[in-house]
Amino acid sequence: MAKSILFVISRPPYKSENPKLAITHAMACFVADMHIDEEVEPVVAFVGDGVLNCIKNQRSQEFYGIISTEQHIKNQLASDMRMLVCKEDLYRLDIKPERLINARDMGADIDLNVVGFNEVQKEMERCDQMMWF
Amino acid sequence: MATISIGLFSSLIGSMNSDFAVKLAETAVNKGHSVNLWFSGNAVTLARKGQKSFKDYSYLAERLKALQENGVAIVACEACAAARGIHKDDVIEGIAVHSMDWYVARAAKSDRVLHIGGE
Repeated sequence: MAKSILFVISRPPYKSENPKLAITHAMACFVADMHIDEEVEPVVAFVGDGVLNCIKNQRSQEFYGIISTEQHIKNQLASDMRMLVCKEDLYRLDIKPERLINARDMGADIDLNVVGFNEVQKEMERCDQMMWF
Repeated sequence: MATISIGLFSSLIGSMNSDFAVKLAETAVNKGHSVNLWFSGNAVTLARKGQKSFKDYSYLAERLKALQENGVAIVACEACAAARGIHKDDVIEGIAVHSMDWYVARAAKSDRVLHIGGE
């Protein structure tokens, strides 16, 4: 049976390195079974100001010369990684669902999953480990 | 006894997060626990050799060496280090450099995971 790790992202993009570190750590789970005899299932949850990572049309390449957090999120959606976004925090920041990233242009079968914080809490209880970024 | 993985994300200088993480690792080891200590982001600066001790800056090199001697696996993130110009030859002897999959694998098998700091 696979081990599961929940990566909770609570900081906005670019202001801090943490969101990108969370996303790259989550992506690394796909090859973690090189080191242990089990697969590692990553789940990502954006909460608090971390939901700002999920807004589409980021222009980090133009302004900072770096790959956007949006591109990382799209890669993960295209890899079928489950990604939760806290509904209450989107509401607090007046971010409508149509402003959120999707990876349909990359053939992704799943979208960011907007859920209430109670669902994030359930995931915290379900997962074997939680990493807070 | 338990296995504890500590992920540290703060730099050596600038906050007391690194001191706290090392103290936590020391305490856990002294209680008989197995500890993994992972440096990511700016925490990779802890792994750099040639650090000089000043009275008004954190200096953890000797305490890291003691942790290693007590069996703690201390590992720095390869990409985070390289991005900061810290390469394998720049790292304190005994501190390993691995990619993130090493850490998430260790964390997945741990009894507890603690993340400290981050700018």
